[in-house]
Amino acid sequence: MPPPRRAKPKHPLRRFPTPTLPPLARSRVALGLTAFAARGVFALQVCRDCGTVHYPPQEACRHCLSARLDWRPQDGAGEVLSDTVLRHSNELYFRARVPLRLGSVRLDAGPTAIAFVHGACAAPPARVRLHAALDRGGAAVLAALPDDEVTTMADDRVLRELTNDPAGRKVLITDGRAAVAAPLARALAAAGADLIYVGMAEPWPPAAVAPYAQIPEALVRPLDVTDSESVTDLAAEIGGKVDILINTAEHHRPRGILARGTESARAEMEVNYFGLLRLAHSFAPGMRARAADGAVAWVNVLSIFALTNFPPHGTFSASKAAAHSLAQGLRAELRGAGLRVVNVYPGPIEEEWSDMLPPPKIAPAALAAAVVAALRDGVEDVYPGDVAQDWLARWRDNPKALEREVAER
Amino acid sequence: MPTDVLMRLAEALATGAVRVIDLSQTLQPSTPVIQLPPQFGASNPFRIEEISHYDDRGPGWYWNNIALGEHTGTHFDAPIHWVTGKDYRDGYTDTIPAGRFVAPACVIDCSKEAAADEKFLLEPAHIEAWEGKHGRIPKGAWVLMRTDWSKRTTPESFLNMKDDGPHVPGPSAAAIRFLIEQRDVNGWGVEAVGTDAGMAFGFEPAFPAHHLMHGAKKLGLASLTNLDQLPPTGAVLITPPLKIKNGSGSPLRVLALVAG
Repeated sequence: MPPPRRAKPKHPLRRFPTPTLPPLARSRVALGLTAFAARGVFALQVCRDCGTVHYPPQEACRHCLSARLDWRPQDGAGEVLSDTVLRHSNELYFRARVPLRLGSVRLDAGPTAIAFVHGACAAPPARVRLHAALDRGGAAVLAALPDDEVTTMADDRVLRELTNDPAGRKVLITDGRAAVAAPLARALAAAGADLIYVGMAEPWPPAAVAPYAQIPEALVRPLDVTDSESVTDLAAEIGGKVDILINTAEHHRPRGILARGTESARAEMEVNYFGLLRLAHSFAPGMRARAADGAVAWVNVLSIFALTNFPPHGTFSASKAAAHSLAQGLRAELRGAGLRVVNVYPGPIEEEWSDMLPPPKIAPAALAAAVVAALRDGVEDVYPGDVAQDWLARWRDNPKALEREVAER
Repeated sequence: MPTDVLMRLAEALATGAVRVIDLSQTLQPSTPVIQLPPQFGASNPFRIEEISHYDDRGPGWYWNNIALGEHTGTHFDAPIHWVTGKDYRDGYTDTIPAGRFVAPACVIDCSKEAAADEKFLLEPAHIEAWEGKHGRIPKGAWVLMRTDWSKRTTPESFLNMKDDGPHVPGPSAAAIRFLIEQRDVNGWGVEAVGTDAGMAFGFEPAFPAHHLMHGAKKLGLASLTNLDQLPPTGAVLITPPLKIKNGSGSPLRVLALVAG
């Protein structure tokens, strides 16, 4: 099936709408749902004492009053009991999007929830899968999809807004020399991206540019994230068109902090931290203004080493930790416009500066596929590959233990 | 020497009898810097960030912070730049006697040869042929190699990086040895990104314009422009580097005084 494209070219003189957001307020306990949805996981609270599964989120078990409720991933299997179509809302965000199909879904695990219902779901009673996805404001909402493996949120007019699908959109990859860049451009083209701008600090040697000549949607443009002038120049040229920005620019030199001079560490910061800051200053304001006109997402390719320092790549880890912090701040500043900041935390990538690290390493093509999947699924935190998943699990369990473990490799 | 020689120079400058020619590239972020294999430390390119521009950061003034490697754009190589010159206490940018910053220049025109052969090497025979027409290179003079390389305005064509290394003209080791031992020059200047030929990593010794020149406490000038506006002899160069403590080189404005 060809990927969906924009219905028709936009009228050039049409006033584009001001970005609005759905209601944002959530209790602290309800943010547990958001925390998992950010990674594409539907989780609910399960009582450790009696096993009752809860929705909506609770402070204590409604069955046995235990306070020991644990968030656990759910398969979302359930049944639509009833549905309705909402044709009016006083919320500005929903007013612009009615009619909305809503329904009551009873999960096999027990609780019943009100959810958005995908247009492809049969009339109730019908088997569905319940998903937790982030809305434009970054808060978790529930969506019921048909119980098959093929229907996606992007196939539904309303649920498409919960995704950042590259189909029909214009994408900027900031550094075409990164190992992930060419596979990413190919994956975006296959996903139906309308145009793929590829930044390149220097257009030589020819081998660096060659992969993009094979991709009809790709346009190579000069961009050096260490040079403010270069970044503002490109933003002046294409800043009003970029719907998805994917920052792949990375400077990586292995070895520990005592083996690396300050100049090498500074070069990493210039690209990995200040590069992101320069891109934010030049591209984010325009994207924020166009958030109701197609601009949807900002992707940062970070590193799992941002969570805890990997001493054999000590200065690199530190620069990625700085970028991770900056990206969190950027996410907060862009959320108000409904722009999704997607942070990707791969383990070591199969590239030249990780050549002394033993496998497993994530292949650039696998990383590219993870980025495209993250955009399609609307998630905001991505830990692609075995190493990243392993580190994440150990970090969530006990950050101090992970710090010690990776220091003793 | 009569003191009025400088007054006569000032008068000649005022009347245009002596002209000032700028031999410097414009420093900008796209200014090419020398490329080394990535496992070596890399020289920073020129970077400029605004401090304020008559705005909320400073309502009445405009200024920038700049950052760059010592060997960026039109730049000066001090003897201490190379390991062969490491023991010269007067070989740093702040310790070289200032008298060496004003000196006459001999300009050897290799523009036709460089146009025909991007890897053209200047040999002692070319220097002697030049001297046959223009006279012997005086002791303490700059020798500048004109290649019109500065007319290559894109960084790609200027660096001219190929699969086997940069294809850029320059001097042979024998030519450098000749200029040091037979002519006792002040230094050696070129239009390319560095004072050595593109393929000089394979010479014996490697990088002779660095290895031999700096080993003999001679100076270097790279990324010069407008050498086509200089006469073969008779121009005087003004080449003071920034007075960086223990500096190995410096970006600089190179000026030439030319009669007529």
